[in-house]
Amino acid sequence: MTEFFQQLINGLAFGSILALIALGYTMVYGILRFINFAHGDIFMLGAFAGFYLAPKIAAVLPTPSIAAGLVVMGIAMAICAALGIVIERLAYRPLRSSPKLTVLITAIGVSLFLEYTGQLVFGAAPKSFPALIPSYPLTHLGGLSINSNQAVVLGVTLLLLASLRFIVQKTKIGMAMRALAFNPEAASLMGINTDVVISFTFGLGSALAAAAGILWAINYPSIDPLMGILPGLKAFVAAVLGGIGNLPGAVLGGLIIGITETFVSGYISSTYRDAIAFGVLILILLIKPSGLLGKKEIEKV
Amino acid sequence: MRFKHAKLFLVGAVVLCFLVSLVENRINSYWLFISYDIGINIILAVSLNLINGYTGQFSLGHAGFMAVGGYTAAVITNQFGALNSFAAGAVFLGALLAGGLLAAVTGFLVGLPTLRLRGDYLAIVTLGFGEIIRVIFQNMNAVGGARGLSVMHGWTNFFWAFGFAAVTIYVVTALVHSTYGRGFIAVRDDEVAAEAMGINTTKYKVTAFVVGAFFAGIAGGLYAHSKQFLTPGGFNFMESIAIVVMVILGGMGNTPGVVIAAILLTLLPEGLRAIAGIEHFPGVAREFPFSWVGNARMIIYSLLLIVLMLTRPQGLFSWRKQFKSATP
Repeated sequence: MTEFFQQLINGLAFGSILALIALGYTMVYGILRFINFAHGDIFMLGAFAGFYLAPKIAAVLPTPSIAAGLVVMGIAMAICAALGIVIERLAYRPLRSSPKLTVLITAIGVSLFLEYTGQLVFGAAPKSFPALIPSYPLTHLGGLSINSNQAVVLGVTLLLLASLRFIVQKTKIGMAMRALAFNPEAASLMGINTDVVISFTFGLGSALAAAAGILWAINYPSIDPLMGILPGLKAFVAAVLGGIGNLPGAVLGGLIIGITETFVSGYISSTYRDAIAFGVLILILLIKPSGLLGKKEIEKV
Repeated sequence: MRFKHAKLFLVGAVVLCFLVSLVENRINSYWLFISYDIGINIILAVSLNLINGYTGQFSLGHAGFMAVGGYTAAVITNQFGALNSFAAGAVFLGALLAGGLLAAVTGFLVGLPTLRLRGDYLAIVTLGFGEIIRVIFQNMNAVGGARGLSVMHGWTNFFWAFGFAAVTIYVVTALVHSTYGRGFIAVRDDEVAAEAMGINTTKYKVTAFVVGAFFAGIAGGLYAHSKQFLTPGGFNFMESIAIVVMVILGGMGNTPGVVIAAILLTLLPEGLRAIAGIEHFPGVAREFPFSWVGNARMIIYSLLLIVLMLTRPQGLFSWRKQFKSATP
């Protein structure tokens, strides 16, 4: 029973990081109807931004401390948001009226470019992420070991989800995002500046991915330029599982994938863990392509 | 492109390959191994072009089919000891075909979900299938798992590599230009309209996957008997991307362009290696994707993809004006 709860907690921490990445996929898909393949690499860049920022911050603030962690995460989020906006501006915006396949191929290109330029700039060897925040075991109740890092992951994720919900539901730009997702043409006829809203969406998604990158690096402190590929794909699967375009769905999907994967590697075999997400994806697309919380779309000719 | 003298091309090319293979031990072995890679990549790119280019079903799992064919052929030929050249040829042909057939069965299984998926979803599902195939091989102790599998016989030669390349080009082109094959292009251009015209789109999509996977499997067998060592990591999704880049660079649905692109992109790492001054070890190159050469190759691929899509989405070697996708 202890092992069960242990796996559940590990799965929750992993799943909430996936959920943060999945939100970026689902927001962009909701508005532009395309898979931003490069999103997983923004997650990687977030972790690397943290890696290079940490020594600079350590000169100003005492590290490891909560304040240093928050500052590093904030700056990394800002950097990645800017990067996401720039990528959209340069690579995706010129293709907005192109066939979907063209945009998909471009996105794959951007993803490969970030990964391999990353290898050239950062080096291919894994780097160990510095201790940003103080880490100590919270409890050893009955053999159950919960680390403060896991609590931080869950807490930060909840905080970010709450702020995202506030932005999307209560602010003007959030309302514009929802309008655009509902009907882009009608939205632009109502005087919504489509380009600004799309840029904002990319920025928001990229900032969440950067936060996920930092949280990942705090929890699994070995980072390399290809680290974004698998979490990116799994987060995409999570977004599809929850119903792509649906924000609560992305979170639900992320948690389900994270917990399932942790249980499979804990109880069955860790060598199969990377195949789990894809198996889930194929099943969900065969059984219920609209996802758990998604609404069915009718295809018009 | 019209393909009028198809059979003449096929017979001529196969005879030519046979003649060259007779004198191949006089050729520098470095260039010989690169020529095998070129033949194998032509097979891969042309067969993927049937799926991605002509039928418009964007697949990202070609390396998975290649792995199935490669492992199957290698396991079969490893059962045999030294053979005389005639028996070796017969066994090798049988092994390659068996690998191709098993890959085709896999292609059928992957083709099934395409009945209801399109565009991005299909791309990611085929990617998923490719990765699942890789993970399965990684966990299969009978074929060495993650440690890899040694292939005893280095039977791939100029004749086999380019003979099969010629057969692939012939089959794909003849298929697409036949009355039956027009259906592939109809499915790509407008699936709904094709269906309304009475075309069984499902059958065409699955056929494209089965035929494409068959030749990818053959290419896998040739690869196995050229490098003589297989690792599951060699068939990861970067390898699929490399094949996709060949198809896109050549122009989706443009076989001559794809052949040119396959040749150029096979030579690209060699050129980069020459620039970097790194010594070449035949067969080792693919096992070091993170070297400088691998890095530069992937950066060039990615930039090619982005710049091509922004400026010339129909491909470098294609003169068609419009680029049509499965999902307009």
